[in-house]
Amino acid sequence: MKDVKCECGHVNPHGTVLCEACGKVLVEQSQDQPLLDMRYEGSARRSQTYNKSIIDKIWNFFSSVKVGVWLIVITLVASAAGTILPQEMYIPPTMPAEEYYEDQYGWFGKLYYVLGFNNLYSSWWYLILIAMIGISLVICSLDRVVPLYKALKAQRVTRHEGFLKRQRLFGISENGDQQDLTAVKERLKSKRYHVREENGDLLAEKNRFSRWGPYVNHVGLIIFLIGGMLRFVPGMYIDKVLWLREGETKVVPETDGQYYVANEKFILENYDKEKDKTFEAAIDRAGMVVKNYQTNAVLYKRVGPAIPGEKPELEKVKEHKIKVNQPLKFERFALYQVDYKLDELNTMSFSLTNKDSGKTFGDIKVNLYDPKPKYDLENGYAVEVLSFFPDFEFGEDGEPTTKSRIPNNPAFVFKMISPEVPKGETSFVAIQQTIEPLGDNQYKMAFKGIETKNVTALTVRKDLTIWIIIVGGILFMIGVIQGAYWNHRRIWVQNKDGKIWIAAHTNKNWFGLKREIEFVLTETKLTIPNDQVQRERMDKEGV
Amino acid sequence: MKKRRLVMRAIILLVLASAVAYTLYANLTKDNRMKVEVGKQAPDFVLVDMQGEKHKLSDYKGQGVFLNFWGTWCKPCEAEMPYINNQYNHYKDKGVTVLAVNVSESELAVNRFIERKKLDFPNVIDKDGQVQAAYGINPLPATFLIDKDGKVVKYHTGTLTEATVREFMEKIKP
Repeated sequence: MKDVKCECGHVNPHGTVLCEACGKVLVEQSQDQPLLDMRYEGSARRSQTYNKSIIDKIWNFFSSVKVGVWLIVITLVASAAGTILPQEMYIPPTMPAEEYYEDQYGWFGKLYYVLGFNNLYSSWWYLILIAMIGISLVICSLDRVVPLYKALKAQRVTRHEGFLKRQRLFGISENGDQQDLTAVKERLKSKRYHVREENGDLLAEKNRFSRWGPYVNHVGLIIFLIGGMLRFVPGMYIDKVLWLREGETKVVPETDGQYYVANEKFILENYDKEKDKTFEAAIDRAGMVVKNYQTNAVLYKRVGPAIPGEKPELEKVKEHKIKVNQPLKFERFALYQVDYKLDELNTMSFSLTNKDSGKTFGDIKVNLYDPKPKYDLENGYAVEVLSFFPDFEFGEDGEPTTKSRIPNNPAFVFKMISPEVPKGETSFVAIQQTIEPLGDNQYKMAFKGIETKNVTALTVRKDLTIWIIIVGGILFMIGVIQGAYWNHRRIWVQNKDGKIWIAAHTNKNWFGLKREIEFVLTETKLTIPNDQVQRERMDKEGV
Repeated sequence: MKKRRLVMRAIILLVLASAVAYTLYANLTKDNRMKVEVGKQAPDFVLVDMQGEKHKLSDYKGQGVFLNFWGTWCKPCEAEMPYINNQYNHYKDKGVTVLAVNVSESELAVNRFIERKKLDFPNVIDKDGQVQAAYGINPLPATFLIDKDGKVVKYHTGTLTEATVREFMEKIKP
């Protein structure tokens, strides 16, 4: 567990493969290899060397790239499995999820539900997988970037012979002189190399920053994950749907009763074949094509203290025509157009009619959201509403009942009062259905007409995490570009016993590096270094 | 040197672990994170009953309040109404009152329901859903028990039996 002192005098941390300063091979096994493994500059990844306490063990587990790759593979497979059947939030609310999956998909559906795949993306084990990828990312990066940075910082110009001759690009020139070296130096500079010189040896280096690309990318990813995590913090992220009928004013959820929004009108426009001749063919093919979904909304702010239930005193803040992607914005909230329902029943009209003569004795108009108990029609005529079922059906016991409070299928029990029958006649009236439970009536409620209203649905959205996620995404891309479009290249030109040794290394694009060396060495007496990997391959293939 | 590394690693792992633990906790509790927590002050509200009288929750300080949210279409609500009514009559002189909040239905529907079920306790209509929003109501029926100091003692959703209603009333009897 001791630091290793190289013969060049540099002290390396335990576990170092190549001396940080001169590049001498410090590990026995690597000494016989013809080529060096240059990953992370042969620096000591600490995790690989210390394995003492439980902390070290956990650290080492997450530090392994192999573990990281497996975590990603498992997460990928799990994510894919979550798309086989619809997630619970997308199934119709007609029956409990427990029954739905088995009912729709048989034994597989049941298994899917039992294993918790119906809510996969928010299940604890999926979150733990994601979290472990995050931890692996942090630790892998830390464990590599620090030693790599130190090694690149500590490198000296003069390198050990063993280091040079084990580089992929390597060659020895017998007849180089000082003139050649000066020319090479100038040409390297013209290729934007940063050239350092020590005792007649050269180290030319460029684009070292490209080595930090993956780590910048990882920082971006981690910031992205933090942004995702913050969505779970109350108040950071709100995503609710608000249904509003025309003419209705409702409190905006999650604003502590501070803001109200009114729907003045909902508009659905289609493309008109006559007006937009350009689209005639397309419209003929597709039928109706919607041009615009729009809610004319008014935003109000509550004045004074708020006690829920009290009629609020409202102050108009602004009007806005909410269209798709043109939300109504206030404070950090935005109201987006998300859904609609056309022609929801609002009122129904009936005429009190004598069945024999067909004569009518006045009309009533029933507001389906607030029907009156009694409608007076003068001259001794009146209609009482004995019962009202906004969403009528026959219950299990055969009695009329309502499924919900929305007037999807309104039904009434009317009591019709007339001078002939002052006690009243009872009639059950539903859509296209009349029942006279107490025998034949003289009068009937003749259906006259309906009025409808459109309903709009707005998404109430507040997202304080979006900027964190955007910053993470931008950093991610910067890292990718930084690592992908530049290559870290180093060329060593060194004087060993009067001979010129040339070696070169790049983290990628060896072809580009070779071209650059050819350019640098033209018009000199120096020989171009060999590609030892290629030569090795050719030797093997017997070419 | 070695000790410093151990401390560094321990700190980093601790920070990561606590971030993960918090995320898991927040995610798993987000579905049942109640707007109104047991042990906390119940949000005040003002609603008007069918006779036009105002009911303000904070005016009931000193009494226990059995706060029930219901709808006429909700079968379990309908089933528990007679029990609540019986116990209301039994406990109303013992400092427990019932406030039944209908969820945004028409007056007619509510009145007809009260007549049919012969309910004696005050029923109020939460017309624009403000009180439901304040209490985070979903699903129905929902019952909150509020003690004489205005604190929430219990939250219950689902049908009640007569015995449970009695037990609940006992709980908030001052």
